[in-house]
Amino acid sequence: MLPQRVARLRRLALIGLAGALTVAMSACASERGSGGGASDTFVFGAAGAPKNFDPIFNDDGESFRPARQMFDTLVTYKAGTTELEGGLATAWTPSPDGKSWTFTLRQGVKFHDGTPFNAAAVCFNFDRWYNMKGAAAQSQMIYYGDVFEGFAKNEGDASGDPVYKSCEAKDDYTAVINLNKAKGAFPDAFGLTSLSISSPDALKKYNADNVTQSGESFAYPEYATDHPTGTGPFKFESFDKTNNTITLVRNDDYWGPKAKVAKLIFKIIPDENARKQELAAGTIDGYDFPSPADYSSLQNSGNKVLIRPAFNILYLGINQKNNPKLADVRVRQAIDYAINKEQLAKNKLPTGAYAQDQFLPNNVPGYTQSVEKHSYDVAKAKQLLADAGATGTTLNFYVPTEVTRPYMPNPVDIGAAVADDLKAAGFNINVVQQPWNGGFKDDVQKAGKQDIHLLGWTGDYADAGNFIGTFFGRQKPEFGFDNPQIFGALSNADKQVDKTAKGKAYEQASVLISQYVPAVPLTSSPPAIVVKSNVEGLVPSPLTDERFYTVSKG
Amino acid sequence: MLRFTVRRLLQAIPTLLVLSILVFAWLRVLPGGPAGALLGDKATPESLADMRRLMGLDEPIIVQYFKFLGRVFTGDFGNSLASGDAVITEIARRFPATIELSICALVLAIAFGIPLGYLAARYRGRLLDNAAVITTLVGVAVPVFFLGVLLKYIFAQKLGILPPSGRQDVTIDATHVTGFFVLDGLLTGELDAAWDAIKHLILPSIALASIPFAVIVRITRASVLDVQQEDFVRTAESKGLTTPVIRRRHVLRNALLPVSTTIGLQTGLLLAGAVLTEKVFNWQGLGSLLAEGIERRDFPRLQGLLLLAAAVYVVVNLLVDISYAIIDPRVRVR
Repeated sequence: MLPQRVARLRRLALIGLAGALTVAMSACASERGSGGGASDTFVFGAAGAPKNFDPIFNDDGESFRPARQMFDTLVTYKAGTTELEGGLATAWTPSPDGKSWTFTLRQGVKFHDGTPFNAAAVCFNFDRWYNMKGAAAQSQMIYYGDVFEGFAKNEGDASGDPVYKSCEAKDDYTAVINLNKAKGAFPDAFGLTSLSISSPDALKKYNADNVTQSGESFAYPEYATDHPTGTGPFKFESFDKTNNTITLVRNDDYWGPKAKVAKLIFKIIPDENARKQELAAGTIDGYDFPSPADYSSLQNSGNKVLIRPAFNILYLGINQKNNPKLADVRVRQAIDYAINKEQLAKNKLPTGAYAQDQFLPNNVPGYTQSVEKHSYDVAKAKQLLADAGATGTTLNFYVPTEVTRPYMPNPVDIGAAVADDLKAAGFNINVVQQPWNGGFKDDVQKAGKQDIHLLGWTGDYADAGNFIGTFFGRQKPEFGFDNPQIFGALSNADKQVDKTAKGKAYEQASVLISQYVPAVPLTSSPPAIVVKSNVEGLVPSPLTDERFYTVSKG
Repeated sequence: MLRFTVRRLLQAIPTLLVLSILVFAWLRVLPGGPAGALLGDKATPESLADMRRLMGLDEPIIVQYFKFLGRVFTGDFGNSLASGDAVITEIARRFPATIELSICALVLAIAFGIPLGYLAARYRGRLLDNAAVITTLVGVAVPVFFLGVLLKYIFAQKLGILPPSGRQDVTIDATHVTGFFVLDGLLTGELDAAWDAIKHLILPSIALASIPFAVIVRITRASVLDVQQEDFVRTAESKGLTTPVIRRRHVLRNALLPVSTTIGLQTGLLLAGAVLTEKVFNWQGLGSLLAEGIERRDFPRLQGLLLLAAAVYVVVNLLVDISYAIIDPRVRVR
């Protein structure tokens, strides 16, 4: 009985197998689109998935990286520098009072959907941002909120008066942006990836403004998930969530030099070590933010480690609201004196990193030697703490985990070193580790749960306001202080249109900040990007604004 | 046989119901309740009230439970907080990856585990036996993630013969029909894609198979040794049956009973192992989805995955019972 059944099963299995083989063989004969030669495809290991592909709703590097390949901005930054050059505009001039900007637009440019780029398209984009409806959509326009301060109707967290007034299309290729007040951030800020110009047709067709929120999650419209339409050197093909890869293809109608590779693939590999192994195995051609400890081994195995100029700041944030002891400036100074920043720069950050006494990299106008310096001095820190009656104060120190940022290759290591220094000076440190994507930023920047925390910033353009204006320009839960003098100095500096006057005004603000110690500047460091030896043409950018259309594989 | 299967199927229903009650209760005992858990730190009294109304939390608990059950049956677990996509879509997208990996690991564990266990018992106390025992000790003792990293280091980084992570080379323009990449490659005739998917499967499968393999070897060995002492084996010998026949029909067949139970249990545990393996190999399956969900406190996603895991466990146990009945006819009549 039993052997018979087994035999029957065996026969069935054999028939099944034969059937499957037949199907496979017959399908074999059919034609199939091949994936292009490997030298025509550039694969880059990305550290995380983009939120979506509509630049206006994004504010992080992982979302900006693909966006920068698909979109153009009015002005842009010369490869490898923070200097401005023409993008979709070939010339830009401010009115004498700085309240209006006239852009001469590039001619013969087409969006990926074939519609023409012109002044009407520029105005459509600016008007779209200004008139954006719904708290959900507005809350996702971080950079727009930072630069333009308010909307036609503020519905979300934005409460400022709008800087933007109107846009006029004087003729097909002249657009004039009118502002309610002059702002020193312009014209550089017009180059922000968030302010990329999209095809008006595609925006309308794919319902681009329809962002919805349920709880903490946001759902984005079709435009942002499947149909981003810009003018850039690459066109969107797909975001394969099964394989976690983003595929872009060359835009053969690009107005500038055509991309050298036909296909650009971003493969999402969250683990830094896994990216390194994939590079070694040759399954990717490059990746971002290699750990400084790996530089030499990467170079020894024939890869190119391209170092970007340092254009960032790592700081120890202080939240004065949670802990009354921190409202005493002596306690904050004690923290500043207690940390051995030179040692930190030398041991925990890549070569080329330097200790900081202010919140600006030394190549940004506004950087000054006149700041009040609190160089490493444990005795002084102990003394200040004793004077303030705060010896033994317990501080909850929030440190992000599972993340590599340009300004901090390994936050856990850096956090441990800082905690040790603070303990040595008489603080009692309670380290709270939280995953970067597991609520760290929300907890420190929105909820303000910490006493002190580790965070940093990479500049978006060469303007001091992008650094210190962003941090200390207004009251924020992250720092929990109210200092009208600092807010006033920064807002005054932001109004200066003249470059020299602007630099001076920011220098004054830097000095005020150094006296008040709203946070402690730690280091500035040069992040790297690594590619295989056969990759040519990638120019590392201080703004981490790399464009891949110049890249080729030998 | 049919009656047995139906009976076991019916018995699975209460189990699943109890599971659904547990998952339902789980979200309700979180601090701040489900609405608070979903809204997180940004919850204001108004938004909490809105969310409670939206989720139907102002209704009687029993009504809530049946509505919840209704949603579960229609596969509606809400939207993931992390990605904004429907949880069921996320699961459907990742499910084939984990199943592909688990099946591969299981096949490896069984294909190598049972013969090795059997041979170890046959050559008890000899070199082969000792080697097998040591191998299994190592297999159980070495953590999956460590083995994963080690395999990657040797075969991907040093020797460069296998890919270190992912499911398929991204430069291969593969057509995906079912989401099972190997099967897709065979179905569409893209044999290079199938071969590439197989190469990607090897290392993670070995890592994931290490524990079930070790357990299967040990149980098979112990079980064969046990059965060899049984009276019916001696009877068979004295009847004059040839050794191969005794081994195949009497020893192996009976020894496989406890092994099949073990395989069932190990299958259920594969999902736990998959979390680590998938993380190490950047394998886009349910395990990495789960890990990401925990990191991001994504409650709707966790709820969906929890129910799915529970259901898979129940189904696997059901299959084990049925296979038991196939191997041992006595089970059917009991």
